[in-house]
Amino acid sequence: MWFTTWQAALSTLLTVLVGLPGAYVFARYVFPGKPLLEALFTVPFVLPTVVVAVAFTALLGPRGWLNLALMDLLGLARPPLELQGTLTAILLAHVFYNAVLVVRMVGTQWANLDPALVEAARMLGANRWRAFREVTLPLLGPSLGAAALLTFVFCFTSFGVVLILGGGRYATLEVEIYYRTVYLPNLPLAATLALVQILFTFALMTVYTRLQTRLAVPQSLRPRRVTQRRPRALAEWALLTVSLLPLALLLLAPLGALLERSLTVGDGGLAAYRALFSDPGGSLFYVPPLAAVRNSLLFALATTGLALALGLPAATAIAGRGRERAPLSRLLDPLFMLPLGTSAVTLGLGYIIALDEPPLNLRTSPLLIVLAHTLVALPFVVRAVLPALRSIQPALRETAAVLGASPWRVWQEVDLPIIGRAVAVGAVFAFTISMGEFGATSLLARPEFPTIPIAIYRFLGQPGLSNYGQALAMSALLMLVCALGFVGIERFRGEF
Amino acid sequence: MFLEIRNLRKSYPDGWALSGVSFTAEEGEVTCLLGPSGCGKTTLLRLIAGLETPEDGQVWVNGEDVTALPPHRRGFGLMFQEYALFPHKDVFGNVAFGLRMLGWERAAIRQRVREVLERVGLAGFEHRDVSQLSGGERQRVALARSLAPQPRLLLLDEPLGALDRTLRERLLEELPAILKRVGVTTITVTHDQEEAFAIADRLVVLHEGRIVQQGTPEAVYRCPASPWVAQFLGLTNLLEAWVVGDGRVETALGKLQAGDAHGATGQAVHLLIRPEAARPDENGPNGLRGTVTDVSFRGGFRRLTVRHASGIELALDFPASVPLPDPGEPLAFSLSPAALTVLPGDDPSSLTDRPGR
Repeated sequence: MWFTTWQAALSTLLTVLVGLPGAYVFARYVFPGKPLLEALFTVPFVLPTVVVAVAFTALLGPRGWLNLALMDLLGLARPPLELQGTLTAILLAHVFYNAVLVVRMVGTQWANLDPALVEAARMLGANRWRAFREVTLPLLGPSLGAAALLTFVFCFTSFGVVLILGGGRYATLEVEIYYRTVYLPNLPLAATLALVQILFTFALMTVYTRLQTRLAVPQSLRPRRVTQRRPRALAEWALLTVSLLPLALLLLAPLGALLERSLTVGDGGLAAYRALFSDPGGSLFYVPPLAAVRNSLLFALATTGLALALGLPAATAIAGRGRERAPLSRLLDPLFMLPLGTSAVTLGLGYIIALDEPPLNLRTSPLLIVLAHTLVALPFVVRAVLPALRSIQPALRETAAVLGASPWRVWQEVDLPIIGRAVAVGAVFAFTISMGEFGATSLLARPEFPTIPIAIYRFLGQPGLSNYGQALAMSALLMLVCALGFVGIERFRGEF
Repeated sequence: MFLEIRNLRKSYPDGWALSGVSFTAEEGEVTCLLGPSGCGKTTLLRLIAGLETPEDGQVWVNGEDVTALPPHRRGFGLMFQEYALFPHKDVFGNVAFGLRMLGWERAAIRQRVREVLERVGLAGFEHRDVSQLSGGERQRVALARSLAPQPRLLLLDEPLGALDRTLRERLLEELPAILKRVGVTTITVTHDQEEAFAIADRLVVLHEGRIVQQGTPEAVYRCPASPWVAQFLGLTNLLEAWVVGDGRVETALGKLQAGDAHGATGQAVHLLIRPEAARPDENGPNGLRGTVTDVSFRGGFRRLTVRHASGIELALDFPASVPLPDPGEPLAFSLSPAALTVLPGDDPSSLTDRPGR
């Protein structure tokens, strides 16, 4: 329990520290390759834990990039770094997974922050750091809090990363639950631990959502074309590089390592990819890659649509009108976050139990997968949109109402265009989560609708270098499809 | 000289530039940078503040070159166009900010904030939420916030631009009074000549990144340096003219006596007829006749639009107390030579380049 909490806190802190400079640069500057970089930074978020573990081994393992480079550089005979099974590896992986949360959620709000506020502080005698601490940070509070909370919850309930990279030396609650269920059966203890975990996350969400409403201040948002520009002086390019470099190294190196492995494993070249498209053994578990891609895409699109359709009204209801908040929203807010605190496997089980009997028998329907994904994605949509909704000045809505717009029209004409950017971010997360979701899908997916993560898992589950290669190739495919999906969603961005 | 701007230069990738601007200001003086939008006045203000870095030139304050100092070490105050009040702090938190940066004691801060709020007429507003203030109150809080740390130079960016008319007129009287009482050296930026005349001790008129004229408001109004400046100041009665000697110029209205007609005979110039030149009788120098086409009541005076036989229309002010003809009726009047000014006949194309785009 203690380990679970402090490693989550430490991971969150590191993630925020690594993510903030990136958020700043993305918020304030326009530069070539920015959309591509944004898309690439989001890719880690979708990768199933197994794949991340493979990627980190390819990078940090005894025969990984880093060690090989260091051996080469320093002329060592043995790998100098032993990261596997250490806390460092776990923390790195957590940052790798969650940095994009900070970059995206904070970056979106930062982009619309009026630069004059910081300049005002500077004119009043605050140095850069003081102005950041006294003005920027409090004003970014809502989105920073949201990103930090999500990161914390993910690290708190972290399972795969700790299990695989922790090498059995470290155990979070979730891992402990797993041990107590599978290896040292003690179901009452496992159930108690699970309940403790859920209660703890719920308490955290409640505290956080209360805090959130107090942090949000209506401010005049600035359109991006006012706040963003190309870097001009050499110093600004330098700042850009220094801010993005650690982030890029941390996020892109494992991806690169993964890609490189998929091209060199076995016979090398495109062998693994070719194998992916052939089915020599006529295996029962064979998954045609294109079918998996198609299934994943369909599920992800449906999830995105459904999560937005449910999440936007939910966020609007929670944000309330102006200052007065319905008591209902105080309960709703943490409630919408609950799926995050529950493990995906539990969610899947819940669905199977709840929906497999008439009158509503969805057990065999692929719709069930969409529903499960939507449930997981919903908190992200709500969290991404809420800060933007809360910062809309009530006068804008009131103006529209006085001009004769019905509440629905007000939402359509005022709220939606202003929060468009945040909605796009929510959509990216919904899409991403659906693409990478494994736990619930593995329980719910019928053999005829395998998704990409399921296919990866099946390949990894079978022995042999060829299957390993195919798993890597499939992972590379997942990365590619996701990156393309992000670029597509980015195109719908609004002015704000 | 307290403030000295030496040859400031700044250009942007889109070709726009501020080219070699120099001016000076005495301690306690209010200088107004006046010009249409896009003339570079806000950029100039930001360069002085240190928020932008000039490519060339220096800013000297009290014999010290501050060009390389970051904004927070210059000890200037800047009031932003839309005030940039910190939305997460109340009125007290906003006004106290600069004092906290100076490391003042709590009690001293509280005392000073109360003082400054009193000075701007917001006594007791300490714990109001800034989002619930009216436009005028926000403006005063912003002013109080920049005045609190006793800046050696106060910069105001369109200080009255975001206010409604009634409020503007009231603050047009109050703002100079506050500035005089505080005695702070001030540079203010505006596109509104009325505001500039009311606030400034000295005007610096900017056009397309250059200073086109500087001087006291009265001198600039009386003798604009060019037809462009005259038009920008709202003086629309500009005629092409030729010097004929004896203080007289030839125009489409006939030969007119101008107070300060100078230059070589035959030289092409412009004649500026200020609206207050009009006298309601045709006896006297520069007697003319025309038809009234429009009358508008302006309180203490009436502004008449009068069409001369040559087709030229003049806007002229007459005291509201004298009986005047209605539109469509003829009018005999004369123009006081003292209110007629001869301007250099510069590039006529600048006449069509109307200000206020």
